Amino acid sequence: MSSQLATQSSSYNTAFRALLEKTGNAEPSWLRRMREDSFAHFERVGFPSVKEEEWKYTNVAPIAKLQFVPAFANGQPGGNGFGAFVYDEARRSRLVFVNGMLRRELSSVEALPAGVSVIDIGEALAKGPNETSLRESLERAAKSESGFTALNTALFSSGAFVFIPAGVSVAAPIHLQFISESSHGAAAASFPRVLVVAAENSAATIVESYASPGESVYLTNAIVEVRLGAGAHVQHFKVQRESTSAFHVATTDAELGANARYDATTINMGAALSRHTIDVTMDHEGAECWVDGLYMVDANQHTDTHSMIDHRQPHCTSHQLYKGILDGKSRAVFNGKVFVRHGAQLTNAQQTNKNLLLSNEAQVNTKPQLEIFADDVKCAHGAAVGQLEADEIFYLESRGIRPEPARNLLTYGFAEEVIEKIKIDSIRRELDQAVLNRLHTTL
Amino acid sequence: MLEIRNLYASVDGNEILKGINLKVNKGEVHAIMGPNGSGKSTLAKVLAGHPSYEVTRGEVLFEGKNLLELSPDVRAREGVFMAFQYPIEVPGVSNAQFLRLAYNEKQKHLGQEELDPLEFKDLLKEKAKIVEMEASFMTRSVNEGFSGGEKKRNEILQMAVLDPKLSVLDETDSGLDIDALRIVAEGVNKLHDPNKAVILVTHYQRLLNYITPDFVHVLSAGRIVKEGGKELALELEEKGYDWLKNGSVAAGAK
Repeated sequence: MSSQLATQSSSYNTAFRALLEKTGNAEPSWLRRMREDSFAHFERVGFPSVKEEEWKYTNVAPIAKLQFVPAFANGQPGGNGFGAFVYDEARRSRLVFVNGMLRRELSSVEALPAGVSVIDIGEALAKGPNETSLRESLERAAKSESGFTALNTALFSSGAFVFIPAGVSVAAPIHLQFISESSHGAAAASFPRVLVVAAENSAATIVESYASPGESVYLTNAIVEVRLGAGAHVQHFKVQRESTSAFHVATTDAELGANARYDATTINMGAALSRHTIDVTMDHEGAECWVDGLYMVDANQHTDTHSMIDHRQPHCTSHQLYKGILDGKSRAVFNGKVFVRHGAQLTNAQQTNKNLLLSNEAQVNTKPQLEIFADDVKCAHGAAVGQLEADEIFYLESRGIRPEPARNLLTYGFAEEVIEKIKIDSIRRELDQAVLNRLHTTL
Repeated sequence: MLEIRNLYASVDGNEILKGINLKVNKGEVHAIMGPNGSGKSTLAKVLAGHPSYEVTRGEVLFEGKNLLELSPDVRAREGVFMAFQYPIEVPGVSNAQFLRLAYNEKQKHLGQEELDPLEFKDLLKEKAKIVEMEASFMTRSVNEGFSGGEKKRNEILQMAVLDPKLSVLDETDSGLDIDALRIVAEGVNKLHDPNKAVILVTHYQRLLNYITPDFVHVLSAGRIVKEGGKELALELEEKGYDWLKNGSVAAGAK
């Protein structure tokens, strides 16, 4: 590990010095200190190892070995050919980031009502009123032990700040689109940082997507925080379709106010190695969350989801449905923690993880973890790993459908149960097609 | 159309069918009746090719072909249809997608024109009228969240779309209220014509008030023990199945 650490720090160290140089005094001094502390922390702990319980089944050595060049110190790929990643519904409510840097000429926020901010995080830091919430958010994350989080805090140079004022409902989905591609042989690294603040009784839909026009090797290390005020309702759709040679490590961290509702659906289809940590904290009564996801991998892809739903107050509800489809020699990890703290009475927590193995060589490690410290609660969890049901296949065959299309249709249906939760037509269409392509079939 | 000769079948090593003989001609409606456990449903599933049922002796000819040699999907494309007693739910797949795939598989098999989603929608709209189903059912996942009656109507809708030569309805009347029973039965009657045949597998005579059988066969312990016309069903309704257990084997079951 120490030799890897030496390699990785040298390239990140250079990048870190370059970033400090570039930002100079433009950033608040607290942020500069925080970056320095975080970088020092990263140099101390490095990337996580499989000896750590949280990373037991996910070996990030390939990330540590590569010399990534953070994007702000790198040439930018041109904006051509990115049109394919546009969702019609968000054509005028999106920020586009290429290798982690905001591209204004590709972005538009015309469709957003007055008072709603969807701006670059750097811009938000430079202007007064948002600085406090950003600082709180960054400080909270800085307490994390994770080397990835520390590296993001040290190196993020772009990202989004989204603010929905109290009582405002935003109809257009707000699309934060991250496109990455390495060029000239240097593996690009981007460190997106997003903070979404939905004030009391506001409502908004956030789409966070990751894609690449090619199949190059690069690293995305993202941190997304979502703060919901009392009665706020946020739908959060994350679509991860990175290059299948890329690495994607991301954290989603949501905090719910009283009676707030957070619906998250995460689709993981891309990347050679992906890790998504999603934490939802319900520290006020009456909050409700739906935390759903689909991972669909094949060949040598590896995908890891660690979720944590923290019921800290009474009368909160959580629903979780994570489904996996694995083909080839792919690997998946699902670790779902649900905490019900002392006094969090009348909690209702449901968690289901279902995995479909399409090949004998695919493998999944699933671990539901329920820890309950209150006595008047309704909690259930279940995990299943298996193949398609023989009765279902026979039903389709009895209607004249050949065995292979029958299995494909059932697999498609298995995925669809999660995809249909995404209430945006163009995203659903894209994902339906992606699933069918993966199955080498049509409908 | 269909000829079953001395058919023996077992599931998990238990012999259920013990020498079934049955001949079904074009245009005929046959009712297979019998007490629970007599083997009625097994016979239906064997005809459809359910993988859990093993044929140990005998043969089944469908239009002169050895039906037992064909895989379930080929049987279906050749024109054998079974309406399930317990239709399977297929989450995430809409009724329209499912039916179009099945329809096009059959068209391909027969060397006929396949339909695109829009063309198929028109066809489906017409067929749905037969079982009085609303358009909303077409975009819903197959059988998911359907009531018992809706599931059975959906089976008959599939039958209408696939237009089979031989339809085997396995306890289609079970769990239906009187209105659903009427809709399902009328659907079956509308779809019947002199070139097709129907086998109704049923425990009760009630369905036969709506669909008139040409022949009634009574199954007991894996054998056909009595055969007759539609009046036999009424006799069974009146007397129950117990009086048949005294070994009065019908002439046709040799």
